[in-house]
Amino acid sequence: MSNVLVLVDHSAGKVRKTTAELLTIARRLGEPVAVFIGGNDGGSVSDALPALGQYGATKVIALSSPELSQFLVAPKAEALQQVAAKVEPSAILISSNAEGKEIAARLAVKLESGLITDAVDVQEGPVTTQSVFAGNYTVKSKVTHGTPIITVKPNAATPEAAETSPEVEEFEVSISDTAKTARITESKPREATGRPELTEAAIIVSGGRGTGGDFGPVEAFADSLGAAVGASRAAVDSGWYPHAYQVGQTGKTVSPQLYVAAGISGAIQHRAGMQTSKTIVAVNKDPEAPIFELVDFGVVGDLHKVLPTATEEVTKRKA
Amino acid sequence: MKIVVCAKFVPDATADRRFRSEDNTVDRAGVDGLLSELDEYAVETALTVKESGDGEVTILTVGPEQAADAVKKGLQMGADAGVHVVDDAIHGSDAVATSLILSKALAKLEADLVVFGMGSTDGGMGVVPAMVSERLGLPAVTLGSEVTVDGQTVRIRRDGDTASETIEGTLPLVLSVSDQANEPRYPSFKGIMAAKKKPVETWSLADLELTADQVGGASAWTEVVEVTARPPRSAGTIVTDEDGSGAAELVEFLSTNKFL
Ligand SMILES: Cc1cc2nc3c(=O)[nH]c(=O)nc-3n(C[C@H](O)[C@H](O)[C@H](O)COP(=O)(O)OP(=O)(O)OC[C@H]3O[C@@H](n4cnc5c(N)ncnc54)[C@H](O)[C@@H]3O)c2cc1C
Ligand SMILES: Nc1ncnc2c1ncn2[C@@H]1O[C@H](COP(=O)(O)O)[C@@H](O)[C@H]1O
Repeated sequence: MSNVLVLVDHSAGKVRKTTAELLTIARRLGEPVAVFIGGNDGGSVSDALPALGQYGATKVIALSSPELSQFLVAPKAEALQQVAAKVEPSAILISSNAEGKEIAARLAVKLESGLITDAVDVQEGPVTTQSVFAGNYTVKSKVTHGTPIITVKPNAATPEAAETSPEVEEFEVSISDTAKTARITESKPREATGRPELTEAAIIVSGGRGTGGDFGPVEAFADSLGAAVGASRAAVDSGWYPHAYQVGQTGKTVSPQLYVAAGISGAIQHRAGMQTSKTIVAVNKDPEAPIFELVDFGVVGDLHKVLPTATEEVTKRKA
Repeated sequence: MKIVVCAKFVPDATADRRFRSEDNTVDRAGVDGLLSELDEYAVETALTVKESGDGEVTILTVGPEQAADAVKKGLQMGADAGVHVVDDAIHGSDAVATSLILSKALAKLEADLVVFGMGSTDGGMGVVPAMVSERLGLPAVTLGSEVTVDGQTVRIRRDGDTASETIEGTLPLVLSVSDQANEPRYPSFKGIMAAKKKPVETWSLADLELTADQVGGASAWTEVVEVTARPPRSAGTIVTDEDGSGAAELVEFLSTNKFL
């Protein structure tokens, strides 16, 4: 069977759920070979190994060099190129986040290979599914030249365990000077909120301009449901919530089981980020708000009244 | 300093965007188009850099006849010159081919600073800046939500998922900016009048020493095999809150659908 490279998405060695999804997809296409890039603070492959084995990696290629984390993405693309030259994979799967897409873009040029980004499904072929034009169209595509390079969105597959005990191969990479020309000079980690990650969460409660700047009721309702918190751009631009939580065209695209929009009108750019959610609920005091065109369940009312009462009720039922 | 903004002409997001049934490519002719809103932030960044030091700003667009409108908008905002690469053979180009055309044009323009938007509002892959950087062998600092140019050093703040980072590189360099970077200006009446006299060059593939078989649909490395319009969502239940009834019904809905 052919090798399918999976670039491990992790934070300090802790493997993200998206990696389990990529490995699950890779098993449909061939034998998953995981590529782990560590660095000075990037964690070590031994931290990641159990999770990689659990989801069926047949082999783990470990690259580590301080240069890989300090110098942004160009060296990572170079490293992957060298791995690809050796492994000759039939496809390369990478997480569809900002860094993943940039690595994939560079790799496509280096390997003279077709690139598909933001796949929401990948089946044998590989044939990918993407959701485009604010979720109004579904497009199936394939790569016709070179090694298919595919970036895959979170929640594109349900992780399925398939225990293996992969061997680890240390791989020496050589990084060129041109790849080292842009560098990270400072990095302030984001404070952990204790809530699920936005792109991975099963439930998201988002607030918009209708919160009037008070995200308290949105956060409390989210916590009662074990949900992540999102925000519209209007709320982010007003400085009420950090940009990292923005849902929409220029924020995150999310596809949870349940999306609750509170005080959000439902502009096309917001829809672009949440329209593919399985179930959509809105609370808005304007019965004409376009968000109501999308919902499975809508409440016309003041979020400052509806959410706190609902939070109490949920907490009571769960107790 | 020679600053070039890569700006794309895209179908209007509020119009009925669609695909051409003949070849599954984005319909760019049958739908009203405009300068991609996200590239306005790139134009604004370029103008700010120019105004705080020296430099000349050129708008570079690859696209069909109508794409000249995108160049014009950039000139109206205050850019000095425009280049429109147009050639029948370009239709159907994917990101890889677009990046090839842009990098040839950028080399010809001898750009010191190349500014991109964070992604086009139609295709939206957000990959062209990295591809151009790769092709030109230039450093790339991408997705800046704050940009400072200090002599030869370009420094950005990038608000990533896990950290807020400061990233720097030295000119010549590729920069992309997010929609957090600034507030794009509107063209003034004076700007609109002045734009009419600004130089715009039209280049073909031959001007860039490229041939038709290197770009366009025939040489694209990806192929769309199927396009389906998403079925409209079926109408949901809407209730009006009266004295707490809305919350109760909401929780009942969540419970029935096993979200509790
Ligand atoms: C290039 C570009 C990119 C963009 N990207 C994004 C993006 O990624 N994400 C995004 O969200 N937007 C994006 N936008 C902005 C988008 O067009 C809208 O402006 C934005 O989504 C509006 O946010 P909102 O719904 O919170 O605010 P509004 O449109 O002002 O809506 C507020 C809603 O709250 C309701 N409301 C008010 N008070 C209450 C109350 N007490 N209780 C209940 N309801 C109440 C109102 O009835 C109204 O419907 C983008 C725009 C552009 C041009
Ligand atoms: N045809 C084009 N002409 C000029 N610039 C482009 C073109 N396509 C993409 N770009 C630039 O590349 C950025 C990213 O585009 P994309 O990778 O298509 O999302 C855009 O914001 C533009 O700055």
